[in-house]
Amino acid sequence: MSTTFNPTTTIKERARISLNDEFLRNAVKYTTEKLRTSKKLASDELGNWEEWRERARQIRLHTIAHLDYYLSEFVKNARANGVHVHFASTAREAVDITLKIAEAKGAKSVVKSKSMVSEELHINHRLEEIGVEAIETDLGEYIIQLAGETPSHIIIPAIHKNKQQVADLFSEEAGETLPPETPILAGFARAKLREKFLEADIGMTGCNFAIAETGSMVLFSNEGNARMVSTVPKTQITYMGMERIIPSLEDLEVMATMLPRAATGQKLTVYMSAITGPRRPDDSDGPEEMHIIILDNGRSSQLGDPEFQEVLNCIRCGACLNACPVYRHVGGHTYGWVYSGPIGAVLTPRLNQDTEKWGEVAYASSLCGACYEACPVKIPLHDMLVYIRRQKVEEGHTPASERMAFKGFKYIMSNHRRFKRTVNLGRTGQKVVVRDGVITSKIGPLKGWTEYRYAPSLAEHSFRDSWRNLYAELEGSTPDMSSDVMKRLEEAKKKQGGRRHE
Amino acid sequence: MKVSIFITCLSDAIYPQVGEAMARLLARQGIKLHFPEAQTCCGQPAFNSGYWDEARASARTLLEAFDDSDFVVSPSGSCTGMIQHYYPTLFKDDPVMLKKVHQFCGKTYEFSQFLVNVLGVTDVGAHFPHKVTYHPSCHGSRLLGIKEEPRQLLANVRGLELVDLPFAEDCCGFGGTFAVKMSDISGAMVEEKAQHVLETEAEVLVGMDMGCLMNIGGRLRYEGRPVRVMHLAELLYEGVKQEV
Repeated sequence: MSTTFNPTTTIKERARISLNDEFLRNAVKYTTEKLRTSKKLASDELGNWEEWRERARQIRLHTIAHLDYYLSEFVKNARANGVHVHFASTAREAVDITLKIAEAKGAKSVVKSKSMVSEELHINHRLEEIGVEAIETDLGEYIIQLAGETPSHIIIPAIHKNKQQVADLFSEEAGETLPPETPILAGFARAKLREKFLEADIGMTGCNFAIAETGSMVLFSNEGNARMVSTVPKTQITYMGMERIIPSLEDLEVMATMLPRAATGQKLTVYMSAITGPRRPDDSDGPEEMHIIILDNGRSSQLGDPEFQEVLNCIRCGACLNACPVYRHVGGHTYGWVYSGPIGAVLTPRLNQDTEKWGEVAYASSLCGACYEACPVKIPLHDMLVYIRRQKVEEGHTPASERMAFKGFKYIMSNHRRFKRTVNLGRTGQKVVVRDGVITSKIGPLKGWTEYRYAPSLAEHSFRDSWRNLYAELEGSTPDMSSDVMKRLEEAKKKQGGRRHE
Repeated sequence: MKVSIFITCLSDAIYPQVGEAMARLLARQGIKLHFPEAQTCCGQPAFNSGYWDEARASARTLLEAFDDSDFVVSPSGSCTGMIQHYYPTLFKDDPVMLKKVHQFCGKTYEFSQFLVNVLGVTDVGAHFPHKVTYHPSCHGSRLLGIKEEPRQLLANVRGLELVDLPFAEDCCGFGGTFAVKMSDISGAMVEEKAQHVLETEAEVLVGMDMGCLMNIGGRLRYEGRPVRVMHLAELLYEGVKQEV
């Protein structure tokens, strides 16, 4: 069983459900490992990966720093191309704009290609409420739509499902038993979706990149469904996060190099479409009417924030999810909102602009930094997670027991004599629980630790207690420093001022 | 030249043998270590939990303790990473302290960094005839960029057979307070890490951070598996001690 979006549970509760789901854990491990390996091969083959990363980062940094300029350039050019551009400051506004278009068109059915932004709107449900059928046409999205779930990965929405589970879902839809064989299952989906493409009134897409200088929106896809969605129906609605902008086609070259490699290890996705306005008289296909809805929904509040502005640099490749050892074990639904993994742990409290309600997700990280290392635009997600935790402390949203504990930490650690006394006290106190040098008791403050591993005991003599003797012993026996070592120390000392880490 | 040891609170209280091994190894290079008593903890547990004021109080003890040292060497990539990577952030609004922080960052090294990059020592003359696997701790490798140094040192230990740890770069699940706060997730991570260690059939697991080793070692003992868990300094010292 999988959890879906459910804000009434805690992350620990959701994690426990996922951790007890062997199918989910195996499916997530299998796929993320495959993606990690492919990414490594693709980036090695490309060469100079670090230089590419830095280049991509600079493009994103520059664009976001001048977002107002590039956004208005994009809008101007898109409008000149005949696109209806709408701004939505909240998810609700975006929904209202969509429903108005759907009503004006008398739409009965909508086909969608993959869009994470649309997940922020829960648009499918809202369309259904006014009697419009909304069908997901990305295979993974189609699977989870049938299952009544939400995506658990940014690019592999049904990562948590295995073949048998997909066969069960499709069989129910087909009204006959389908075997868990990929060609048969894909064939069923293809036939079913083909009908839907042909009868749809509106095609809905997301937007990977929006190019300011041409007013084009660019879609990366592997299944061809995005092409169907953006060519067959008469009306197209594109959802775009306001930060999806890049300045020029030249920048697209860098993004097209990085995104597929970081995401799946592909050199290029199977389809890359740049759509510049609705169908023109000479075009053989394309929508008669095209709308782009640019969504803020908490994004603009990151602008100007020195700690979080860079989160807008994200190109939604999912590499941080695949690299994350926490995601590997708990999958995407544990994170509780639209985006999962390390990027989700940052976006969730930031876009919702509510650290009290959503900030606990920032604790679901060991801060190992694998996300930063994997990120093609070098977003320091592991640092941002700490900033969110600090916000929780500053806003007074951490438990009283924790605040007390860190008050104690400050008292003890701000003075070495207190630290020494505390260790000595602990040594006496631990006698009741230590057996064979370890603590195994599953009660008391160490419970979370000892449930999964033994805890060590304090040493009989701390380092500071035995230092005097050790120093005296070494004082007498240490040979004189060789001139070579001396020279090396002197050289290193000269360079110390220039040592800096990222 | 005053070379000082930053022992870290964890090794001070629980694993003093790591500091002793470091002091004895460096003494063989003619370096007399100093231990400035005023030091306590780098402040990482408080910092990572968002209690920056509390973290600063702890960090100040280090800045004071090592003020007159020329070099500071520590047996932890994580605590050294805390200093190098986060002290500038922690004191960014305090220009006086920030200046001290930059000096401190410049002179602080993780143990294998100091040995290999500063002293140029890659062979300490150790003999350690055992099958060993190495866990590269996240903060040492990702925050400090320590990738080759421990491997170089291990490669020159005579008799030592180094076997690759599967998924070596994956975090062991320690993460400080994470291990207690998100114990179920952390537990799943360490369970898998221990499994990978066992798959290597190594007799010894070696690392450069006692936090990670306490976590993985605690799991291995919990499972009743007789894998010895050692800090790199301990292994090297044991290897030279046997030679004498």
